[in-house]
Amino acid sequence: MDTLLEILNDLHPDVDFETCDTLIDDEILDSFDIVSLIAEISNEFDVTISAKDIVPDNFNSAQALWALIERLEDEE
Amino acid sequence: MKAKKVGTAAAVLLFIFITLALLERLLVPKYMGDVVEGNFIAEYYEAPKDHDVIFLGDCEVYENFSPQVLWDSFGINSYIRGSAQQLVSQSYYVLEDTFRYEKPDVVVFSVLAVPYNEPPRESYNRMTLDGLRWSKSKIDAIRASMTEEEQFLDYVFPLLRYHSRITELTGEDFQYLFHRDKVSHNGYYMRVDARPAENVPEGRPLGDYTIDAGQMEWLEKIRLLCEQNGVELVLIKAPSLYPYWYDQWEEQIADYAEDHGLLYVNLLALHTAAGLDYQTDTYDGGLHLNLAGAEKLSRYFGEILQDKCGLKDRRGEMDLVERWLENEKWYQEDRERQEKELTADDTPR
Amino acid sequence: MSITSYSFLLFAGLLLLLYYLIPRRFQWCLLLAASYGFYAFSGVRYLGYILASTLCTYGASRKIGGLKEHQDLFLKENKAILDREDRKFYKASVKKRQRRWLCLALIFNFGILAVIKYGNFVVSNVGALFGASGDDLFFRLALPLGISFYTFQSAGYLIDLYRDEYPPEKNIFRFALFVSFFPQLIQGPISRFAALSRELTAPHAFDRRQVAFGLQRMLYGYFKKMVIADRIITGLTAISGDPAVYSGTYAFVGMIFYAVDLYMDFSGGIDIVIGFSQALGISLPENFKRPYFAVSLKDYWHRWHITLCNWFKDYVFYPISASPTLLSRAKALKAKGHEGLARRLTVYIGNLTVWLLTGIWHGAAWNFIVWGLLNGAFLLLSQEMEPVYRKFYARFPGLRENRGWLVFRVVRTFLFVSLLCMFDYYADVRVVGQMIVSIFTQFDFSVFFSGALLDLGLSGTDYAILGLSLVLVFFVSFLQERGVSVRTRIASYRLPVRVFVWYGLFLIVLLFGAYGIGYDASQFIYNQF
Repeated sequence: MDTLLEILNDLHPDVDFETCDTLIDDEILDSFDIVSLIAEISNEFDVTISAKDIVPDNFNSAQALWALIERLEDEE
Repeated sequence: MKAKKVGTAAAVLLFIFITLALLERLLVPKYMGDVVEGNFIAEYYEAPKDHDVIFLGDCEVYENFSPQVLWDSFGINSYIRGSAQQLVSQSYYVLEDTFRYEKPDVVVFSVLAVPYNEPPRESYNRMTLDGLRWSKSKIDAIRASMTEEEQFLDYVFPLLRYHSRITELTGEDFQYLFHRDKVSHNGYYMRVDARPAENVPEGRPLGDYTIDAGQMEWLEKIRLLCEQNGVELVLIKAPSLYPYWYDQWEEQIADYAEDHGLLYVNLLALHTAAGLDYQTDTYDGGLHLNLAGAEKLSRYFGEILQDKCGLKDRRGEMDLVERWLENEKWYQEDRERQEKELTADDTPR
Repeated sequence: MSITSYSFLLFAGLLLLLYYLIPRRFQWCLLLAASYGFYAFSGVRYLGYILASTLCTYGASRKIGGLKEHQDLFLKENKAILDREDRKFYKASVKKRQRRWLCLALIFNFGILAVIKYGNFVVSNVGALFGASGDDLFFRLALPLGISFYTFQSAGYLIDLYRDEYPPEKNIFRFALFVSFFPQLIQGPISRFAALSRELTAPHAFDRRQVAFGLQRMLYGYFKKMVIADRIITGLTAISGDPAVYSGTYAFVGMIFYAVDLYMDFSGGIDIVIGFSQALGISLPENFKRPYFAVSLKDYWHRWHITLCNWFKDYVFYPISASPTLLSRAKALKAKGHEGLARRLTVYIGNLTVWLLTGIWHGAAWNFIVWGLLNGAFLLLSQEMEPVYRKFYARFPGLRENRGWLVFRVVRTFLFVSLLCMFDYYADVRVVGQMIVSIFTQFDFSVFFSGALLDLGLSGTDYAILGLSLVLVFFVSFLQERGVSVRTRIASYRLPVRVFVWYGLFLIVLLFGAYGIGYDASQFIYNQF
């Protein structure tokens, strides 16, 4: 989780990712951010987030994203 | 509560209806200034309807015959149901419409439009069709002569057609919101000015002189309609120098008249007999006659009508005499007004 | 039938009436019949295209769904004997089979679109490459109504199925309605199956407020389209028709005219489509969010033709950018120490592909392709500049909230977007270049005051009508931007006010709309996309 927060903070230093849960709904993360994020995550965690997983529910908060990563790790 | 709601709704609808009706009246062209021809078709409905003769056709009837002279000289009570570039199909439906109100003894139809066969034009269509009262005839007339860009709905709600006039309204549009002045003399369009005919062009040779079968069919329909209603149909060619009247056309029309036992009078060929002088009797170089020409022609043609169609002299009927005296008053007024304007125009400035 | 024709109004009116008179469970059947009727009206010969697309997509969807069902059953029955590896292996094999069907159907659907829309372009360019010229190479097929829209919707549906987002629609008629629902055939929006199909097939009770709101929105759409777009197009045609004469200031005026025309025409049409659907109780996704209030190009593309952008994002950008191939390439680059390159690789490739395709989507011509790629390039540029912006704002705190600065950004974005749009209406890329240069080199303010603008086919009255109408649209947009629901607010007023507002708007459209004889029955710009 900490690694994830680090990645997110690198992307947008001005956002409090620990509390924000409207990252997509409020357009804080745009499509470029999401793609960079996926690349970073695939580097760090060795999971592949595919296009079908890119839905607001999975990206609206750091927690949701973490849950997605754990689920994918589980499936691998 | 419910009654109140229904009442409010009715009030709103009424308000909308009234404003739309007013707007429509405001926006339709009034045809009171230069293009008075747009009022001819509608003006007919104001007249009492027991005419002996109805003239039918385009400018070749409404600028060349004076019903006033026909009355004064022969006691013939006539009306001209003419309109600008009246198509043959439109003539047919105008006749149908006329028969809804009266059955004259004679219908005089000007044949130029039959071979001439101009394509319909929107502006002329509106001038003929807008004036017609609603009936099946009007619906059929619209259907028969609408151009491709036109929409039937634009005739039902002229507001849709004329909406863009909102930016070009004039005082005239407000002045004639609820009424129109009389512009014709029983359908006759009076002009007193004169412009001699010079250099009348010869007709250009045509590839095919055969009159279009569809056009002839409309003529046949007009004939049958008269026959069914027991009305005598007389065909005429007006003495206008152009559009050029080809011998080949003359032949076909004459043959048609002969085949069906109709009287056909080519007044163009008879213009010397009628005493027409194209130096003084036309206001636009031979296209249309002016008042002097129309009066001469009416005297000449009235005799033919009386002779060949056995029309009674009705100058003994009191109410008709009264009516025509009134007509004459406005006839003279119009003539004097125009003559005055003419001399005013001639005064050197 | 054009959306501004009497026949469309009559058609829509009758449909609306009938829709609420028949039993609710048949409403969707009526919509299907009406949609095919509408389609047949636009050309019976086109029915074949939409039928072929529908049948092929339906067939493939049943196959893909069937494979999934089969897989679930197999896994359940053999739960005991399969270990994790087995299951993974088995699932992959099923996916592969599903993918085959998906590809087949996509190739078929996009194949039709490609041949019809782009065949001519490809043939002529390939011909030119080999030195051939002349019209003998050209073959022209008329575009069936809405083919781009329904093809994209069908493709999105298939991809969703492949991603197991929902089970396939088993009723072919319901599915056919999703593909052919006629209001959106005209010019979108491009809907997603999950949301739209539910809306389409559910029974809808007559809801006075919904119907009124829908009709009001239609009226507003007609206002934008007929009073503004169809009027300004006269001036636009004059300017774009003769670039040699109308350069410099005129090119600038033309650029603004086009920006106004495009938005009013397209969003007005969308208002009519969404409004009519709302009157039927069906909600469609929004396609515009006041795009000319955008503060940046990126912001603009979140507000303009939203459904198309989302389609490209979901079905092109993410699949490419997040593809295992690209990700592993990026990883390899990073391992070699090319961190920056690695970071950019996925975004750049995904982004430029999307914009190339978006350009092509707008039309089979080079000017559209250049337009698309320029958009993509500038989006990337502004992404690269992000750190600079951040520093800039850190240096000037408070600037972000400054109203003047905001207005500056909005105006700048509008002008920039309008400039890019010049590629859209001057068909020739070289002419666009010349015109852009001329705006900067031959700008002459006197054109605005000399009455020269009155020679473009627009009278002073036309300019006055345009000006006042634009003020009205600006005012409404401004309120919407601040979160006000304009229709809800008007509905809260007393009856005379409501009548004044809506009947007034109706009269404005009726009297000042550029329709009927004397005006070209200008088709929607987006009609045949």
